[in-house]
Amino acid sequence: MVIKTGSSAVSGVAAGPWRTAGQALVRNRPAMSALAILLLVTFACIMAPFYAHDIAHTDPFTSNVAGSFSLNGQNVDIMQPNDNPLHLGLSPAGPTWHPSAYFLGADSQGRDVAARLLYGGRNSLLISFSAALLCIGMAALVGVLSGFFGGVVDMVLSRLMDIMWAVPVYLFAISLSIVTISQGLKIGPFTVESDNLLIPIVIIALVYVPYAARPVRGRVMTLRNAEFVMAARSLGVPRWRILLVDILPNISATLVVLAPLLTALALLAESALSFLSIGVQAPAASWGTIIQDGEGLIYTRPMVAIAPGLAIVTVVLTLNILGDGLRDALDIRETSRKGS
Amino acid sequence: MLTALLRRLAQTLFVLFGISVLVFLVFFATPGADPTARIAGKNASPETMEKVRHEYGFDRPLPVQYATMMKKLFITRDLTSYVDRGEPVVPEIVMAAPVTLSLAAGGAAIWVIASVTMGTVAAAFRGTLIDRGLMILGLIGISLPVFWLGQVANLVTQARYHDTWMFSWVPGLGYIPFSESPTGWFRALIIPWIVLAVLFTGIYGRVLRADLVAASGEDFMRTARAKGLSPARVLLVHGLRTSMITFVSLFGLDFAQLIGGGALLTEVVFGLQGVGRLTYQALSNLDLPLIMASVMYSAVFVVLANAVVDVIYVFLDPRVRDA
Repeated sequence: MVIKTGSSAVSGVAAGPWRTAGQALVRNRPAMSALAILLLVTFACIMAPFYAHDIAHTDPFTSNVAGSFSLNGQNVDIMQPNDNPLHLGLSPAGPTWHPSAYFLGADSQGRDVAARLLYGGRNSLLISFSAALLCIGMAALVGVLSGFFGGVVDMVLSRLMDIMWAVPVYLFAISLSIVTISQGLKIGPFTVESDNLLIPIVIIALVYVPYAARPVRGRVMTLRNAEFVMAARSLGVPRWRILLVDILPNISATLVVLAPLLTALALLAESALSFLSIGVQAPAASWGTIIQDGEGLIYTRPMVAIAPGLAIVTVVLTLNILGDGLRDALDIRETSRKGS
Repeated sequence: MLTALLRRLAQTLFVLFGISVLVFLVFFATPGADPTARIAGKNASPETMEKVRHEYGFDRPLPVQYATMMKKLFITRDLTSYVDRGEPVVPEIVMAAPVTLSLAAGGAAIWVIASVTMGTVAAAFRGTLIDRGLMILGLIGISLPVFWLGQVANLVTQARYHDTWMFSWVPGLGYIPFSESPTGWFRALIIPWIVLAVLFTGIYGRVLRADLVAASGEDFMRTARAKGLSPARVLLVHGLRTSMITFVSLFGLDFAQLIGGGALLTEVVFGLQGVGRLTYQALSNLDLPLIMASVMYSAVFVVLANAVVDVIYVFLDPRVRDA
C-alpha cells in the first residue's frame, strides 16, 4: 500500500483528484460494464417511438382488444381463449419472441407490452434521474447551510430532517402523492395537473433529502474545522468565498457518489408509487404501472409483470455497481479508519 | 449523562409534535380542500357535515382544530371514520398491529441471521470468489423491488409449483392468527418473511462486511492476532463485536419503520391486513381520521426507536457518556 502511493509521487506532476478518480473508474471493469448496460438501456428507451412505429407497428397507448396481428404469415387474435379446459374467458396473447409482433405479448387491454416497456422506461428513467438531481441539489443546500453555519440554522434544519426521516419513506411519498394526484396542485397562479411528471419527481426528491443531506452535513462540518479553511478565515477571506472556493469543491465528490445511489432509490420509489397507481398516470406508462397492469395477469401471462421488473432490477443493479465503483475511485470512505 | 438523556427525551417529544403538525397540515390545511367534506365522506347529508364541522372545530382557527384532533386521538380515543361507516379508528389499528408485528419480527429474524452469516463469511474470505459472489448477491438483493419479488414469489408458490410437493403446503394469501393455528401462522408468513428479508439481508450483509474489513486494520485486532488467537476467534469475537455497532443502530431504525407500516408493499402484495396496508387504504380513500391515526402510530415507533438507539449509544460509548 505504502509503496504504491510513493511511486505516483515520484512520477513528476501529480494528476488532479478527478483525473485520478476517472482513471481508477475506467480500470474498474464491473463499473464500466454497468455503465455500458445502463447506457444501452437508456438508448433503447429513447428509441421507443422508433420501435413502436417502425418495427412493431403498434400504438402502445390505445386499447386494442378486438384486433389481431400477423405472425409468420398467420393471423392471430390479440385476445385468445383461455388455456383452461373449458376455454372460459379470454387472455391476451402471450410472448411471441418475435420483434415485429407482440414480442412480449399483450396486456389486458391488448397493448404491446414490449413497446410499453420501452415507453415506460423513458418515464421511469426520466423521473429517477431528475429526482436524484433535484434531491442532491436540495440536500447540498440543506447540508451546507446546516454544516457551515451551525448554531440555530443547524438545529432547525436537523430537527426538520429528523421529522421527515421519522415517517417511513414510502408512507411519506404515498401520502404526498395521494394528496397531490387526487386534486392536482395549485400554487398561486400555477396549476400542476395530476398527470404531470413533476409531481413524482418533486415528491421522490423531497423524501430522500434527509438521506442525502446527512453525509453532506457531516462532510461540511469536518471541512469547516480543516486547517485550510481556518487559514482562509484567519486571512479574512469572506464567508461566501470560503463556501464557494473551499467547501463546495470538497463536497462535490460526496455528491457525485450519492448520484447513482439516489437514482437507484428514486427508480425503486417511482416504480412503487406507479405500482400503487399514484405515480405516472394512465395511459402513460412506467415500469411500475406495467407491473400493476400485469398483476391481474400474473398467473396466466406472467411476462407482463416479469419484464418490467427485470428492467428495474437491471437498472438499479447497474446504478449500484456504478455507485460502488465511484466511491472506490473517489475514495470517499473516512480515511481515518484505513490505518495500516 | 442524565442531562444527555433528558435532552434526548425533549428532542423526541419535539419531533413527535413536529410530525403531528406536519401531518395535520398536509391533510387538513392543504389549500382548496375542505376537510369537513372529506371526513364526512361522499354524499354526506348537511346535518352530518354540520356535525363533523362542529365536532372537529373546523369552524374555528387552525390551532384549535389541531388541538381537537390530538385530543380525539390520544385522550378520548373516539376518533371515528365516517368514510368507513362510523368505525372507530383506534381499534382498527390495534387489530392490524399484530399482523405487522408478526411480519416484521419474522422477517427481521431471517435477515439478521442471513446477513450476519453473509457478512462474516465474506469478510473471512476477503478478496476471494466467495467474497465477490456474496457481495454481488447482496447487491442483487438491494436492487429487487419488493412488490415485484412478492408477485414472482406468488407466481411460483401459489400457481406454477403450488400443486407439486415443493409448495403444496403454502396456504392461500392472507394472515392466519398465531392463536388460531401456530403452524398455519408460520406457513402463511414464511414466504412474505423471506421476500421482506431479501432487501435487508443485502444491505446489512454489505455493511457488516465493510465494517469487519475496516476493523481488521485496527490496533486491537492486531493485538488479538499477535496474542496468537485463532483467526476465527479474532474475527468472530473481537471483530464482529465492534462491527455490530452500525448494524445495531441500522436495525433499530429499520425495524421501527417496518412496525410503523413501512412493510406496506409486502403487506399489499401478500394480502396481509397490517398497519401499512391499513394506512394505504386510508390514504386511497382519503379517510382523514384513519390517516392521522396511522401516520402518528408509525411516527411514534420510529421516533422512539431513534431515541432508544441513541440511549444505547450513550451507554455503550464512553465518549458520549462523559461528554
